[in-house]
Amino acid sequence: MTLLPVLLLAAGTYAFRLAGPLLSQRIQVSARVQRLLTLSAIALLSALVATATLTSSGGFGGAARPTGVAVGAVLAWFRLPFVVVVVAAAGTAAVLRMLGVP
Amino acid sequence: MSTVDRALVRDVAAIAAAAGVVGVSFGAIAVAAGVSVWLASAMSMLVFAGGSQFMVVGVVAGGGSPVAAVLAGLLLNARHLPFGMVVSDVLGRSWPMRLIGTHLMVDESVAFALAQQDPAKRRAAYWLCGGTLFVSWNIGVLVGALAGRALGNPDALGLDAAFPAAMFALLLPSLRASADTAESKRAAAVARKVALLGAAIALVTTPFLPAGLPVLLALLGLSVALR
Repeated sequence: MTLLPVLLLAAGTYAFRLAGPLLSQRIQVSARVQRLLTLSAIALLSALVATATLTSSGGFGGAARPTGVAVGAVLAWFRLPFVVVVVAAAGTAAVLRMLGVP
Repeated sequence: MSTVDRALVRDVAAIAAAAGVVGVSFGAIAVAAGVSVWLASAMSMLVFAGGSQFMVVGVVAGGGSPVAAVLAGLLLNARHLPFGMVVSDVLGRSWPMRLIGTHLMVDESVAFALAQQDPAKRRAAYWLCGGTLFVSWNIGVLVGALAGRALGNPDALGLDAAFPAAMFALLLPSLRASADTAESKRAAAVARKVALLGAAIALVTTPFLPAGLPVLLALLGLSVALR
């Protein structure tokens, strides 16, 4: 990967961040539009979680990763600290791979 | 600094530590995907939006084009527009400060600001959280990028499982009712439907489409909220 896509992403992201403070002095976004913007972020992030958990290079990515993610997800569901969730997910996948699970 | 109380510092420290850990995993994953150490660090300082950084690296590592990666990352970061409309009052009056504060706009700093009622505390929470996260995230990324290269394969550490689990943990509050009211429960139910449909669309289309596109198609999941 080269510097150009990074600069484009940085500039675009900063523009999104700056647009809010600039716009808020002028117009009022409806609650419905705000809700839809939030929901679109939820849809994108959920899709990212699903694909990052189960796929790699367009196919199934092996059992160790989804098992680790599932352990982390259960801990998150029961409101354990974020660090515990992250470490447990990684640790589970690492141990499974050490045991030869792909 | 009297407006910065001890509980706020403790909560920010916890979030910053977590961001540092995720930053380490991002640095290691980026290097494993063929991104150089300095480019991973530059991206983290200039973009400073973890989800989109993971997405860009993931799309490129998965064989997708850089254009698709940037578009997917930008789509993910579009939520900062409504965020900015919500927190514009904490950014201050002078333009140099407003421009710096704008860059510190992340999910966590916005959430911390929203949790405060008093304007001075709102401002303190936003800046403390945003500033601390910027430092811990970037240190974490640099450490992860350097260690990742030394370790060779971050998958052996299970870091590829850490990221989806972390994202899931960050998503959970949006999928749960924040209060015991019918309105809050209904909103959470809609969010869960959108999340499930979006995830299903992306999974089903992944074998047939270029990397990055399935995640964009997940936006069709919004259809359940438009009825």
